[in-house]
Amino acid sequence: MSRDYTNVINSINSIASKVYNDLESSEIPNLKLPTRTKSNIQFDDKLNVWKYGKNMTERSAKSLDGAYMMLRTMYMVDFIKDMIKANKSSTLREMYYISEGWDLAKFNSQPESDSLAEDLEVITGCMREDFKLRPEEDGARVIGNLTIEEVTRNKTKKKIHCQDDVGDSGYSIPYNVEPEKISFKGADADFILAIETGGMFDRLVENGFDTSNRAILVHLKGQPARSTRRFIKRLNKKKKLPVLVFTDCDPWSYRIFGSVAYGAIKTAHISEYLATPAAQYLGVTPSDIENYKLPTDKLTKEDINALKSELSDPRFQDSFWKHEIKLQLSLGKKSEQQALAKYGLDYVTETYLPEKLAEMGIKK
Amino acid sequence: MAEAIAHELAKKQKEISVAEFFERNKHILGFGNPTRALVTSVKEGVDNALDACEESGILPDIYVEIRNHEDGENKLIIEDNGPGIVKKQIPHIFGRLLYGSRFHAIQQSRGQQGIGISAVVLYGQLTTGKHAKVISKIQEDRPATITELAIDTNKNRSDVINRDIMHWDKPSGTRFEVSIVADYKRGKRFVFEYLQSVSIVNPHAQITFKEPDGSEHLFERTTDMLPRKSVGIKPHPYGVELGTLIKLAKNTKSRKLSSFLKSEFSSMGDRTTKAVCEKAQLDKDFNPKNMSREQFLALHKAFKKVKIMAPTTECLSPIGETLIKRSLKHETQEISPEFIVTASRPASVYSGNPFQIEAGIVYGGSLPRDNSVKLMRFANRVPLLYQQGDCVSTSAISSIDWRRYGLDQSSGKGIPSGPAIFLTHISSTLIPFTSESKEAIADIHEIESEIKLAFRECARKVQRHIHKKIRRAKTREKFELITKILPEIAKKSSNMLDKPTPSLDKVITKIMDVVWIEDIIEYEKTSSKPVQSTLFDESSEKREGGWITKSTVMVVNYKNKPQKFNLYAVIPEDAVIGSVTPQPTKITDNYIKWNLDTIIPADKRDIYFELAGLDKEDFDENDLYVENINPSYVIGADKWEGD
Ligand SMILES: Nc1ncnc2c1ncn2[C@@H]1O[C@H](COP(=O)(O)OP(=O)(O)O)[C@@H](O)[C@H]1O
Ligand SMILES: [Mg+2]
Repeated sequence: MSRDYTNVINSINSIASKVYNDLESSEIPNLKLPTRTKSNIQFDDKLNVWKYGKNMTERSAKSLDGAYMMLRTMYMVDFIKDMIKANKSSTLREMYYISEGWDLAKFNSQPESDSLAEDLEVITGCMREDFKLRPEEDGARVIGNLTIEEVTRNKTKKKIHCQDDVGDSGYSIPYNVEPEKISFKGADADFILAIETGGMFDRLVENGFDTSNRAILVHLKGQPARSTRRFIKRLNKKKKLPVLVFTDCDPWSYRIFGSVAYGAIKTAHISEYLATPAAQYLGVTPSDIENYKLPTDKLTKEDINALKSELSDPRFQDSFWKHEIKLQLSLGKKSEQQALAKYGLDYVTETYLPEKLAEMGIKK
Repeated sequence: MAEAIAHELAKKQKEISVAEFFERNKHILGFGNPTRALVTSVKEGVDNALDACEESGILPDIYVEIRNHEDGENKLIIEDNGPGIVKKQIPHIFGRLLYGSRFHAIQQSRGQQGIGISAVVLYGQLTTGKHAKVISKIQEDRPATITELAIDTNKNRSDVINRDIMHWDKPSGTRFEVSIVADYKRGKRFVFEYLQSVSIVNPHAQITFKEPDGSEHLFERTTDMLPRKSVGIKPHPYGVELGTLIKLAKNTKSRKLSSFLKSEFSSMGDRTTKAVCEKAQLDKDFNPKNMSREQFLALHKAFKKVKIMAPTTECLSPIGETLIKRSLKHETQEISPEFIVTASRPASVYSGNPFQIEAGIVYGGSLPRDNSVKLMRFANRVPLLYQQGDCVSTSAISSIDWRRYGLDQSSGKGIPSGPAIFLTHISSTLIPFTSESKEAIADIHEIESEIKLAFRECARKVQRHIHKKIRRAKTREKFELITKILPEIAKKSSNMLDKPTPSLDKVITKIMDVVWIEDIIEYEKTSSKPVQSTLFDESSEKREGGWITKSTVMVVNYKNKPQKFNLYAVIPEDAVIGSVTPQPTKITDNYIKWNLDTIIPADKRDIYFELAGLDKEDFDENDLYVENINPSYVIGADKWEGD
């Protein structure tokens, strides 16, 4: 299990050297990194995912905020180096608390330190895991005819069948889903269904949808964690299973789909690890609102702004999304997955999903 | 106006009793209701005490006590350490309506503004039926007289009920006791506000206020200097009315027009007199007694066409910017305002009467943000408490667009709202009140424009202060960057790489890219006699010790090229300059100037100067300017715009 961290250490040192050399040659220290905004993501034809474009942002010590950021960067890379040397790791939250002791370099809030960790990934091309940093979030759940082999904390390999060996809450995805930690053994299923809400996940489990329709159900838990996205990506590649995303019908849910299928704006530097380009959006679509006469809520001001922003988001430029988003804006309405319960508890598994799956050519 | 009412009264005395007159005019005399009556009574007594002390060069120490009994009857006691009143005069002053000493003097005083202390005695007598009591002492080694008196309302004479002598510890002074019907519960707030206001514009006075519940409030003295003594002057030709001009000419002792002009008017020298006569096409040797109406008219017109020096301001006694600021600061302590600015206009004239406007703004602290700003109005150091809406100061303030000075004001007109107090003080030999109640100043063009100018000046100072605050914050950020953060970055990166810490001078210069000026002000108490000060009258120079205000200005060149420029430090007019280093190039009443020698990059100069004649914190912010350098290179000083 002891891996070689030389590359990581080198890239970390290169950050320190850059700053040091700037100072030594009487330049105001600065670090450049790709601009991490919607306007600076491009489709990468080779990788088939969305990556950052050419726009660079400069972090300079010329302003007070910039100087603070740079000092924090120096502290963080030093801390990472220490962890690598001591063969330790920490959660992002732990690192935030450790930074309390960094005097002038301490962070004001955890999002600040999380975001700096992402910046470091972007600058060095390493992954958070290389820095021995792991997320807080507990893993999402999986139920289906799938066998996973996991290396447990006492270093033994354990096979887990995601129906027989788990309770109703399913198999819990660990934060590390790389081959060194888990591998996929048998999978006897026709597709992967990624579900936004826990309520809907539980409904499908209760109705036995995984067996009746040969599906592997994955609960996304809102905006999915890196490990969940990586898990879906690896499963899709390894077992060649189609991935379908089933969410609420609102702009925020489309972003969830976007991060599964195209890559998220915040993590576009590692889209090729996280995104599953083959993922398809199943619903609920604005057209479904009309076709199924679903109960709705009015769009809020924030919803409308988010939809409009998606119209200019390079990831949502295909005709399907343009059409659906414009339709939703004209309807002025949104709906939820669980609104399907209007027609009874079995409606989603007996009628809605089978119809949609047939429409998409997954099932006859 | 006071004169007019006196004549009016004199006529009426034959027909009606003073009691009747008082009853009819109660409202305009300030006794309209029991709340007003309380404030008016306090005001009459305190005004007299202040006037008397000032006239005899005594620092006023005034004691005000209100005792309240049930059924609305209050006992009011006002005591001063003034010169006292001679026995013979006491019945006249306290027992006769409109017996004053000031109705005819062209000289600034408070007295002009009241109906007189006897009105208080009369009001007390009419409402409670009780007598007033006056204790007065005029000489240290003699006993005090105690007089109990009433007013005979039919004759407008006093009735001395009892007279005696008594021992009194005071070297001299007057104590006045009267029972009046008043609403203490409601009036309390006004009395307090009145006394506080008095204390603000009379920083030389100390006032103790004892309330019915026994609690005492002390309005402290903030300066030991008596206001400059005002002296009577002759009328100024600008705006003197034609009728008055003719009357003066008939009564003059001068035989010639030129000597008449020079002797009966102020500001008339040889040259001006000649110019006026030429303009009026009148022979300077005319006998003024024989001039025709047309000739007076021509003379009257000529006054306006010739540039005549403003009247001497001797007759006025303004408070002065420094003192206003100091007492505002003192009285607004609990508010802890963010800053206080003041402005003092030069004396000006309306209808031949000299006047002078002073203004002040207290800003921030715990003052309410959503209310209209509080207006404090004063005339000859007397607070004006009522009829704010009718006052020219209110309309002047309302006509300024305050929105660009950080205050709210719908449509840029009207009284602005925001966390501020606006103070207006007018000093004049004749305050043009709108009515006999003397609470609002009439809408006179010259006065309005002077008030506007004073507030504009304050507003500019406010703006400068706000700019300075923003700039300070920026400077502080940069300073934090180069002194704390950057060295840490250097240390951390060199530690990680096991390399020596690099020198940061050049990077710092690049980051700052300015000439940076920062100052600190410290105060040091001196035990010796104070340095001579322009604020002092020779007569009152008896203070023990004083404060030295020490400013250190640090100039650092954080540009990458050498810089050479001139620096100006503006100083208050009241200050006296002590030691200055380095050697200044020029010193005037208003500033110190240095032609600094060349400062190479990353090098620094310390400039130091001392000011005396100011109290601690009178001067709490340096006003620095630069010349011969691009002002955008400089943080901490503005462009010098010339003297
Ligand atoms: N406390 C006092 N000490 C000395 N003199 C006083 C005092 N009160 C009043 N006087 C004298 O009495 C005069 C009349 O006072 P007052 O009736 O209030 O009219 P005014 O103040 O308008 O002159 C004053 O001008 C002053 O000479
Ligand atoms: Mg008086």
